[in-house]
Amino acid sequence: MNAAKSFDNVSAQSVRGEGWRRYLATLKYGTYVILHPFDGFWDLVHEKRGSLLAAHTWLFLFLLTYVMRLMLTNFQFITAPLQYINIYEQCGSLLLPFLILCLSNWALSTLFDGKGRFKDIYMAMCYALVPYVLIQLPLILISHMISFDEAAYYSVLASVSVVWCVFLAFVGLMQVHDYSPGKNLIFLFATIFGAMVILFLILVFFSLLSDAVGFFVTLYREVAFRLY
Amino acid sequence: MKRMIRLLAMLTVFTLALPLGCALADDGVSSTYTYNYDYWGGLRESPDAYRVDQVIYSATLGLETFMRRPQSLYVSGNDLYVCDTGNNRVLQLRREGKSFALVRVIDRITGASPETFNTPSDVSIDKEGNIYVADTNNNRVIKADKDLNYIQSFLKPSDSTFDQKLSFLPSKIVTDSVGRVFVLATNVNKGLVKFEANGTFTGFIGANTVTYDMWEYIWKTFFTTKEQRAQQASFVPTEYENIYIDKDGFIYATNIVFSEYDLLYDNAKPIRRLNAIGSDILIKNDRYPPIGDLIWAEQSQDYGPSKFKDITVLDNDIYIAFDRTRGRLFGYDPQGIMLWAFGNKGNSEGAFLSAVSLEHMGTDLICLDENEASITVFTPTEYGNLIYQASNQYLKGDYDGSADTWREVLKLNANYNLAFIGIGRALMRQEQYGEAMEYFKMAHDRENYGRAYRYYRKILVEQNIGWIVAGVACLLIIPLAVGSVKKMKWEVEAYERSKVVR
Repeated sequence: MNAAKSFDNVSAQSVRGEGWRRYLATLKYGTYVILHPFDGFWDLVHEKRGSLLAAHTWLFLFLLTYVMRLMLTNFQFITAPLQYINIYEQCGSLLLPFLILCLSNWALSTLFDGKGRFKDIYMAMCYALVPYVLIQLPLILISHMISFDEAAYYSVLASVSVVWCVFLAFVGLMQVHDYSPGKNLIFLFATIFGAMVILFLILVFFSLLSDAVGFFVTLYREVAFRLY
Repeated sequence: MKRMIRLLAMLTVFTLALPLGCALADDGVSSTYTYNYDYWGGLRESPDAYRVDQVIYSATLGLETFMRRPQSLYVSGNDLYVCDTGNNRVLQLRREGKSFALVRVIDRITGASPETFNTPSDVSIDKEGNIYVADTNNNRVIKADKDLNYIQSFLKPSDSTFDQKLSFLPSKIVTDSVGRVFVLATNVNKGLVKFEANGTFTGFIGANTVTYDMWEYIWKTFFTTKEQRAQQASFVPTEYENIYIDKDGFIYATNIVFSEYDLLYDNAKPIRRLNAIGSDILIKNDRYPPIGDLIWAEQSQDYGPSKFKDITVLDNDIYIAFDRTRGRLFGYDPQGIMLWAFGNKGNSEGAFLSAVSLEHMGTDLICLDENEASITVFTPTEYGNLIYQASNQYLKGDYDGSADTWREVLKLNANYNLAFIGIGRALMRQEQYGEAMEYFKMAHDRENYGRAYRYYRKILVEQNIGWIVAGVACLLIIPLAVGSVKKMKWEVEAYERSKVVR
């Protein structure tokens, strides 16, 4: 155990390089995290083996994979109505819930002695998306090499990628906040509920805003109508 | 799983296609007379598959008493029988060349009691030429020979399975090749009443199964009062709307009582093909089940699902159903793929106000309008004929011929999915898998694409087996070689080092 710890410290030292080297090392750390989630996520934030820039990169790669999967997968497996699809809309519909979930988790865990800062939560969540990128990208290629009858292979791999991500997100949040699994599970549900509340507040805010704007617009029109 | 995917796709497409439906729905009807649906459920204009050949009125036939609310048609060879319900008679017309002429008026059966009809609502002819009339308000189905001499009557079954409090009101009849009579009777919701040739009642077939979900049951049983329950619709199976018997003896039935929700999950089954024990064996191989219109003109009085008033089956198993909601005819091939849809509501030629019956004579379609008391005859256009020709050629096994015909169809309508599939299948038979794949891809046909691709891949692998083996070998051998070289180097170095130490 001790030996392992010291080994980790050694490699953590190497990660603390400067500039480009550090970025590449933190990016590559994603592959370590997904195979050793418990140690990996702990060191990610507590030993500073991950970086925010790498987290951004993985999130971007995730969005890229999602769009490429829609556009380039063989039509036997995914038939997306490309003529109706808007890429920005698709990315937004992933990014917005992602950020809202991070925010809601941060808001709740701060109140209930979670150790993670917003940055840590965001980083852990981004690193949890790595399996999706690593599985779905080759899967696009594989989809052109198998036929409809062999769709089972495709769907199994695709579901593995998603289940793996969810598991990693769970473990990641647990390690970041130093929660027990039970507590983390409760907070996961609370997070989803919190996200809904945030969405509701956003909707209320914008509808009120549009009402307020509408009021001034009609006021202006009325005045303009009376004056001319 | 396949069904789930299809339904999910359908849901998304429904939501995506709604703006399109609204755009077309300004006047409540689409902007095109003949159309088809593409893979995404979007409406595609198409050349006319049928055009009006002639419209027959009472005056054209030279009738003294004009037809009143006729209810049904029946075609037997070149003869067209019209059930002139309001006048208690059946008209027999004969087609010679293009024109129809009155042969005789059937208004009494010699030797029956009573001899006259009382609101006859359907007619059928068997192989020997015997005439069956569903004589609704006389509570009988009457059978007579071709010279109108009484043979027998099919009356209300005295069996206990038939509710004796109900009167027997036969509304639609079909007869099969051995003289059995299937009767669709008003108020009977147990299915079709089946009589043997000798007139004995042998039960019901093809009842609609009663479906309700658990929550509905719990809600109705525990959370509603007796008075509320009495007001709600009870769990009873529904009656069919119309029936048709095809040349193989399968009964096609249409059903118009269902909710939109049922339609979305293909529980409604508006068209059914019943076998001898009454189960539905209709083939549905398309992305969308045969339910008529996928897009319903919103904000119009005709909003809602298609409700099939009548159905007819051509000799090549292509079936055509008439939708009374929007006055349209829908043609489906034996695989359940929509061939075309056309029609409108209105007074003009080729539009319908209150059509009640649909029949076919060869490939010509004959449609009866109840309130106008008119009979519209449609003949297929060049385009319609090409579609029929191509599917017939394919059924006969003339795959190359059918591919050529489908190419002709594509010249007239480049949006025709079935043509792409047809050409693809022919190409696959000719072992041109690469080209076949392109055509299947165009039609979004994954199953056939997958099949063609497997052959394509097999050939590709067989041709390039040398390269593949070489590639795999390289991948295995190079790391091995590198590894062993490194090991040798290390051993040499270790040996050198050991010499120095010594």
